[in-house]
Amino acid sequence: METAPKPGRGVPPKKDNPQAKKKKPRRYWEEEATPVAAPAGPPRKKARAREPRPPRSKGVRGAPKSRFGRKPQAPKNASDRKKPRRTLSGAQDPFPGPAPAPAEVARKFCRIDKSKKLPRSKPKTRTKLETAEAQEEEASVRAARAELLLAEEPGFLEGEDGEDTAKILQTDIVEAVDIASAAKHFDLNLRQFGPYRLNYSRTGRHLALGGRRGHVAALDWVTKKLMCEINVMEAVRDIQSVFPLLAVDGRGSADPNWNRWLYIYDNQGIELHCIRRCDRVTRLEFLPFHFLLATASETGFLTYLDVSVGKIVTALNARAGRLSVMAQNPYNAVVHLGHSNGTVSLWSPAMKEPLAKILCHRGAVRAVAVDSTGTYMATSGLDHQLKIFDLRGTFQPLSARTLPQGAGHLAFSQRGLLVAGMGDVVNIWAGPGKASPPSLEQPYLTHRLSGHVHGLQFCPFEDVLGVGHSGGMTSMLVPGSAEPNFDGLENNPYRSRKQRQEWEVKALLEKVPAELICLDPRALAEVDVVTLEQQKKERIERLGYDPDAKAAFQPKAKQKGRSSTASLVKRKKKVMDQEHRDKVRQSLEGQQQQRQKQKTAKPTGARPSALDRFVR
Amino acid sequence: MEPKSDTRRFFKSLHAFGERKQAATVDMARNVAGLLALSQQEELMDLPNHSPLSTSEDEGDSDGERKSQKLLEAVSSLGGKSRWKLAERSEATLGVSEFNVTSDGSGEKLVLSDLLESSTALSSLAAVRKQLLRVKSKTLAIPLDKKEADQILREAAFSKTAQVLSKWDPVVLKNRQAEQLFFPMEKELPAVAPVEHAFTGWKTRTPLEQEVFNLLHKNKQPVTDPLLTPVEKASLKAMSLEEVKIHRAELQKTRALQSYYEARARREKKIKSKKYHKFMKKGKAKKAFKEFEQLCKDDPSAALQELGKMEEARVLERMSLKHQGSGKWAKSKAIMARYDLETRQAMQEQLAKKRELTQKLQVVSESEEEEEKCTEEGIISASDGMNDLQMNAAGVNPWMLRSCNSSAGRGELKTDPEQLPQQVAGGFSVGEEDERPVAEELVLKERSFQERVEPNSAKPMGGQEAEVSSDCQEEVSESRVLLQKLHKENDQSEQQNVSSVGTVLQIQREELAQEESLVPQRLERTHVLEEQGELGKEGRCQKKGHPRPMLKGEWKKRNPHSVLDVSRREKKDQMIDLQKLLTTRSPVKSLAVPTVVELKDEVETDHKQIIKEAFAGDDVIREFLKEKRETVEANKPKDLDLTLPGWGEWVGMGLKPSAKKRRRFLIKAPESSPRKDKNLPNVILNEKHNILAAAHQVHAIPHPFTHHQQFERTIQNPIGYTWNTQRAFQKLTVPKVGTKLGHIIKPLKAENVGYRSSSRSDLSVLQSSRKRLSKKQQKQLKASSAD
Repeated sequence: METAPKPGRGVPPKKDNPQAKKKKPRRYWEEEATPVAAPAGPPRKKARAREPRPPRSKGVRGAPKSRFGRKPQAPKNASDRKKPRRTLSGAQDPFPGPAPAPAEVARKFCRIDKSKKLPRSKPKTRTKLETAEAQEEEASVRAARAELLLAEEPGFLEGEDGEDTAKILQTDIVEAVDIASAAKHFDLNLRQFGPYRLNYSRTGRHLALGGRRGHVAALDWVTKKLMCEINVMEAVRDIQSVFPLLAVDGRGSADPNWNRWLYIYDNQGIELHCIRRCDRVTRLEFLPFHFLLATASETGFLTYLDVSVGKIVTALNARAGRLSVMAQNPYNAVVHLGHSNGTVSLWSPAMKEPLAKILCHRGAVRAVAVDSTGTYMATSGLDHQLKIFDLRGTFQPLSARTLPQGAGHLAFSQRGLLVAGMGDVVNIWAGPGKASPPSLEQPYLTHRLSGHVHGLQFCPFEDVLGVGHSGGMTSMLVPGSAEPNFDGLENNPYRSRKQRQEWEVKALLEKVPAELICLDPRALAEVDVVTLEQQKKERIERLGYDPDAKAAFQPKAKQKGRSSTASLVKRKKKVMDQEHRDKVRQSLEGQQQQRQKQKTAKPTGARPSALDRFVR
Repeated sequence: MEPKSDTRRFFKSLHAFGERKQAATVDMARNVAGLLALSQQEELMDLPNHSPLSTSEDEGDSDGERKSQKLLEAVSSLGGKSRWKLAERSEATLGVSEFNVTSDGSGEKLVLSDLLESSTALSSLAAVRKQLLRVKSKTLAIPLDKKEADQILREAAFSKTAQVLSKWDPVVLKNRQAEQLFFPMEKELPAVAPVEHAFTGWKTRTPLEQEVFNLLHKNKQPVTDPLLTPVEKASLKAMSLEEVKIHRAELQKTRALQSYYEARARREKKIKSKKYHKFMKKGKAKKAFKEFEQLCKDDPSAALQELGKMEEARVLERMSLKHQGSGKWAKSKAIMARYDLETRQAMQEQLAKKRELTQKLQVVSESEEEEEKCTEEGIISASDGMNDLQMNAAGVNPWMLRSCNSSAGRGELKTDPEQLPQQVAGGFSVGEEDERPVAEELVLKERSFQERVEPNSAKPMGGQEAEVSSDCQEEVSESRVLLQKLHKENDQSEQQNVSSVGTVLQIQREELAQEESLVPQRLERTHVLEEQGELGKEGRCQKKGHPRPMLKGEWKKRNPHSVLDVSRREKKDQMIDLQKLLTTRSPVKSLAVPTVVELKDEVETDHKQIIKEAFAGDDVIREFLKEKRETVEANKPKDLDLTLPGWGEWVGMGLKPSAKKRRRFLIKAPESSPRKDKNLPNVILNEKHNILAAAHQVHAIPHPFTHHQQFERTIQNPIGYTWNTQRAFQKLTVPKVGTKLGHIIKPLKAENVGYRSSSRSDLSVLQSSRKRLSKKQQKQLKASSAD
């Protein structure tokens, strides 16, 4: 960073005369005679040869603002209008100036909320605000340019003109796709151990299966390599893969007197922990950035377990009976619980009461799912309805439809596809775009399974839907369901052992405190106004006056008896309510104007007569 | 000598005193008389002292006169405090000091010429005298007090120094605003130019280089522009960009046209109407005929050829007709075929052949295949309502029977759900509709039933038809009975409700108001549906929703008010209707219906679900509204009542403090901001302050910001690498100050900043030049000099 203004900045660098250089070194091929002529005069003073600067177009320097979306500017000055320097090779930069970045994409990365108008700010503050905005713009432009690196495009499925994609069968898709993708469609026939719950790891590489009758298995589903398989000899309610290392499952026997605790296994199937404070668990959710395992229990408690230190953060009593419907909002890590009175409640470990309660259905809520952007929530209830709610503050249903037999399980894919499991059929709906809710008019795909659906999850980064059912597990191909580009530092499906270890350490270092979970995850970038005001109040009490307040009016001392107490009071009174009076005057003026308008608007009919007052 | 000098001093002081305070003398006049005597005494006492001084008095009487005058004056001005001053000589005496010359004695100003008079005698001093005469007598102002002078000097020095230092201001400001400072500060090194720039004037010198260039020249390789060889350039020139574009556009156009044509042909081919095809054929024939005629006129030879072709086509047609049953042979055989087996076989063979010949080689239509597959796979296609209807008709609604029983006693049903038959599946959707605690108008219900029944019964179902229709009839009658019963029950229960007036009533009223507005809507909707003749059951059941039991009496009572009430309500708070929210219409499209073959344990749960669904769903809204109201009440800031009963009045059982007093001592809670969920009927939002999260938030606004919104703007942009590209992250998190290891950080120099080195500002310079003083200071100076 240069600090001082440079004196000769505007002056273009002069090209030095090659002759003006120092004494040339003698080369081996040159004769002895030639150098004699060269050192004729004394060495010139201006001996230091300045190297010419690389050509820089003016458009880059002069206009740091709104760099994107424009074509490279033509240089303004006459001196700049000259042709860019030709190199020895004669090659020119075919794309002069900075690389363009599409404005719409850059806007996506602008995170400063400019919707509210700021109060008038002082110049010093203004410069700070301007720098903040410039930084934001630069960062967003860079991010927009980096979009170029997201080379992969999502898959899609299109019927021929007039053909309904819902009629396309899995067999057709498998035939159409390449071998590698076709291998991702498979069925596991596991009729013995009852309906299965399943869970993909965050990278989408590993799959954990839990059968109702005690069958627990973890496998690398892409290579079909089995990592472990055990029977826990108890009923498994839910399964969740926490790291690629660990598999967690809440299990309990059918016998109600038997202990039903939470067990944690490693990837070898060795039981590591049994957490007895989480009992009678029905559903599990893992919040990856907070390292929290949320468990919903039959006793009506929502318990948060910090898996990084093994402590229970909070146990919240939902006061709504048995909890068997749970989903997490991936955007803000809020846990959604569905209740039998048709409400869905939103929970954070920081609050004893739910953050929000939404009445969704007339009957009990059967399933809840939240999409990856945290914008839409899909619910299905006993009233056979499937509804999609807007979670951006209004919590109103956007669309709804009645299903012949309500959906028992719901799941959103990374790109916003919604799947509903109804009996032994799964229906998938797709929206018109990525950021739009799925339209429930026409299903995108349907599939019939060999058993009743018991668990649903879209595989991250693969166009695959895993369905656990009473007849085993089915891996379906759903084109366009997953995000095609993965973040290699965050969720790398192809990571090596070392990379994974590195990631683990980093993820643990960046663990988000549990108390930061709230409806708006950007609340951290806000000033805590309540405390601010509280402190201000306390300060005023302590000092006995408000240091920030405008000084009270002090009348000037005047001579000749005009500074008597009475006149001082009078003068003070004049100024006292000046602001208030101004406001009142303005409002009065506004009212008068309105009245005048009304008067003018009134149709001037016949001359009013005194008898008009009797007209009703 | 001493006493004389004393008196002199005294007179002198008197004199000075008199000069200064002449005003005071007036006041003191009355003292004079008393004092006069005293002064005379003094005079007398002085007299003997005067005698030796007589030598000096010989100068003249004028001196004596002056003295006496002085004395008089002094005496007359006696009074107040007398201040003793240092002795000053006022007249020429013997003891004239060489240091002091006072003009006090004469009362006139000392003039230079007077002094020079004595020097006239000396001729040698003439030059000096001239010089001195030339000097204009200019009175100098009295020099200022030291204190004041110092102050002015200080101020001037400050302004000077401030001015000198102000040249650093831009530098300091810039450094303060700089995103990063890097020490030691050095000038930017000239950027390293690429080699190509450095060697613009480069020529081949070495033999090796020459050889290389020779080679390049020989092979026509570019020397200056190694990017493109001549061949490449030529190839580039072969087709310009515009040409390519035109060519491409043409190709695109043809492709588009082709695709349009293909699409059109396909569409036309799919048209099944025979009439249309007949017309088309006729049209084509006509056209061909016309063309042929035209051809006849224009080119007879070509027409002949065309004629030949037509003939051939006709022949072919005839040939192909051979196997049809219209030939002579075929006709004769047809008569015989009835009796003779062989002929019959031959006939059949021929027909088969004909079929074989005439069969068009075409692709099997996709839709048919699809259907086949569907049936195979078990997916019932979305579009055919046939299947749905079949299911409806075939499955006797078992729930209806059950619900009939259940209406007799609900408890029974709940206690043993196992009795319920296991197959609920078939007419599930129908059953679902009926089993609800329906209390809507009977008419509405019946209508919908009829609708459902009619298509079912009208459907030809073979042998089962009669059964089905009878079943349906049964259903209807049963359902009517059920409905009537339910209705009665509801009436009773509602009446009870009315009699037990409580807090519930209020809630009901609110809901009623909502519902009343809804009921006519519903009716209308059903009418519309009837007209359309739609068969979608889900849609209908959807529209009916779960109507709340309606009290007839109340309905009547409220009816006149209801319209007004509703409208007013709507105006007052534009709440979104909860009822509407929960009963949303949905497109009527059936999906692939899941087959419902349930496991044993699921059957139980399903029944429970159904029962819950049937009976529980209704009070959900009321409960929710109640809960919301309670939470709102609980979160409202409460008034503080400070009344002390018995203070100034009687107190005891049944006595309350007076209303006036209560009003006087009630501290009203401050008006809280409106709740966020004020206009969201289906939501309860928690408005408590999250203290744990607040601990992580900023709760003090840093210096230049005055409002929290301003500060928020600056921290909203994330700087972590999770949200930014690597470069942006580095730039955003660059340290404020950077240093180079092992380098001395020297203080900033003026030369480095771009200023000439100036000599240190001397204060002596300052004194000489007054111009630089500020106006205020100059004013001060003037004022002080005027004094």
